[in-house]
Amino acid sequence: MTIMSLSKALNEGMRQAMEDDPKVLIMGEDVGKLGGVFRVTDGLQKDFGEDRVIDTPLAESGIIGTAIGLALRGYRPVCEIQFDGFVFPAADQIITQLAKMPMRSLGAIKLPVVVRIPCGGGIGAVEHHSESPEAYFTHTAGLRVVACSNPADAYTMIQQAIRSDDPVIFFEPKRRYWEKADIDTDSTEWWPPLHAAKVVRPGTDATLLAYGPMVKTCLEAATAAEDDGRSLEVIDLRSLNPLDEPLVLESARRTGRVVVVHEAPVNNGFGAELAARITEQCFYHLESPVLRAGGFSTPYPPSKLEEHYLPDLDRVLDAVDRAFGY
Amino acid sequence: MTSPLERHPYGEHAIVLPPKSQTTHDAADIDREIRLLMYRRLHEIRQFEKRAYDMFMQNLVKGTTHLSLGMEAVAAGFGATMREDDYTFATYRGHAHTLARGVPMEGILAELLGRSNGLLGGKGGSMHLTSVEHGMMGSYAIIGAHLTIANGAAWSAQYRGSGQVAVCFFGDGTTNIGAFHEALNYAAVFSLPVVFVCENNLYMEYTAISDITAVPRPAADRAGAYGLQPVVVDGNDADACYLAARDALEHARSGRGPVLIEALTYRHGGHSRADPGKYKPPGELEAWLAHDPLKIYRGRLERIGVPSSALDEIESQVGQAVDAATEAAKNGPLPEQALAYTDVWADGGHSWRN
Ligand SMILES: Cc1ncc(C[n+]2csc(CCOP(=O)(O)OP(=O)(O)O)c2C)c(N)n1
Ligand SMILES: [Mg+2]
Repeated sequence: MTIMSLSKALNEGMRQAMEDDPKVLIMGEDVGKLGGVFRVTDGLQKDFGEDRVIDTPLAESGIIGTAIGLALRGYRPVCEIQFDGFVFPAADQIITQLAKMPMRSLGAIKLPVVVRIPCGGGIGAVEHHSESPEAYFTHTAGLRVVACSNPADAYTMIQQAIRSDDPVIFFEPKRRYWEKADIDTDSTEWWPPLHAAKVVRPGTDATLLAYGPMVKTCLEAATAAEDDGRSLEVIDLRSLNPLDEPLVLESARRTGRVVVVHEAPVNNGFGAELAARITEQCFYHLESPVLRAGGFSTPYPPSKLEEHYLPDLDRVLDAVDRAFGY
Repeated sequence: MTSPLERHPYGEHAIVLPPKSQTTHDAADIDREIRLLMYRRLHEIRQFEKRAYDMFMQNLVKGTTHLSLGMEAVAAGFGATMREDDYTFATYRGHAHTLARGVPMEGILAELLGRSNGLLGGKGGSMHLTSVEHGMMGSYAIIGAHLTIANGAAWSAQYRGSGQVAVCFFGDGTTNIGAFHEALNYAAVFSLPVVFVCENNLYMEYTAISDITAVPRPAADRAGAYGLQPVVVDGNDADACYLAARDALEHARSGRGPVLIEALTYRHGGHSRADPGKYKPPGELEAWLAHDPLKIYRGRLERIGVPSSALDEIESQVGQAVDAATEAAKNGPLPEQALAYTDVWADGGHSWRN
């Protein structure tokens, strides 16, 4: 067992993956000598060399395109995008090529590329530096989209993402980078599969569905709801695409009330997909419509207003109240 | 044209030294009034940036900031040449260019602090300074975004036949993103009245530009690819910047198409608030401090006979202005929560108006 922060857990996970497989490469702006703007790749260049941990030019589209070419010939590139808002110059290559080449080649081509994106707000940054762009990618068939919420998952999921033969968009909750936990690095037996969701707190009265930074918020909300005599189940989705439907639907049927929580705007957010799927498949079990708590339909606000913007305990509990009001 | 680097000495770049001479432009044909204005601007930017740094360090502001300490001459030189209705496009490192267009300090400082009396009511912050009425068409935090946007603004001037020029500032690192190349080609093909100014401060964030660029001069060595002349100027000498800007603006204004300028300069501090600049090789900062834009310019003005007392007077006036702006900025009210919901749609609101 080792105590690690979430960012250290990612670092250790990548280190392990690089030791296990010489085809694993790390590339991105400032990832080498500096170790990345959030220091997630700290020390990797020193230990694995400049050929495997590459400080790239400032060119996101170029980074992903190059990674695709490397992956075409058997390498496993892990690309870092410095901040959520900078993925858009890369979005062209991700959406038009990375997601589609495997299918277009009848499976002859596999593209094991991981795109790591620190996401979400809560660190006092502004637009482009605090956003949650997951829905752009879940909407694109051919991409695995995952989000870790805690150090242990960060450690296992990054290794599984690197081993995956599918391209993976890997979201890291930047405001949770510094949170610590004890991780069992000796065995892999406890590792859930990458696509699996996890019940992180069992409950009976309503289900909170969350991923990434909002899992912690939901756990806090569940603790607070206990005082009102409500037992909330919290599910950490971990993988948005593919979605662990059986686990989500079972919980929805059992509790009858579901609230989806994400930082991204509610409007056309990933929660809409969850609400639709649950409604379609659990209609007669539901006591209330599936509700959503999330960001507003506005661009990310200035830092002085981000506390107001970000879903917090109150906004989650308020949605739970509404679910009980039906 | 320079040929590509023969090898790629990753991480072993030599120290890049500033130009040797500080007297090259002593006899340049520039009015004394303009020179005094540039002296004032240099100090406005220097003192403003220092104050901004202090305020960030005192934790008066969340988030980060990118300063132009050491790079003041580019903004001062260009600002002094631009016509009032010309357009400026800048990056997140844009305080200097905003000041250089005559935007009042209080609004800029208050914007950094996220106050209601800020230039954008506290909604944009340090990285997005904009003042359309001053021709400051925005600061852009996404690398490369504003180069093609500047083209569009330049094109609008061409349509109107207004003689306006768009001046677009960006860093050395930016020359490696696709948008830089798209923008230059576009501007050249359509002969747009746009001046691209690469402020080469030797670093893309924490990485030396020479480690990640195929040619030694990130902007100038690419000019030929778009049929443009390679122009490199001493970006720490306000007169050098002024003269280059004057030529470039005249060229663009007269319909002869775009200009690309590489201004060699250096940032004294880190990339942003969080960066102590540990990657700088020993001796580099010292060499550039000896070639400090303010020092160079004060020396020049004294040599051409401006009394030191007049220069001291300018400095102290600027100091008072910065103090007054600081007070006003700090005393500005915090924005209302309602600000988060304004102006998503053209009618000013955020919910659709069925
Ligand atoms: C598309 C995009 N990718 C990455 C970043 C993060 N980033 C901000 S500034 C910067 C370095 C820019 O270097 P340069 O162009 O030399 O400008 P300087 O900061 O030196 O003025 C980077 C990589 C960004 N803002 N936008
Ligand atoms: Mg630079």
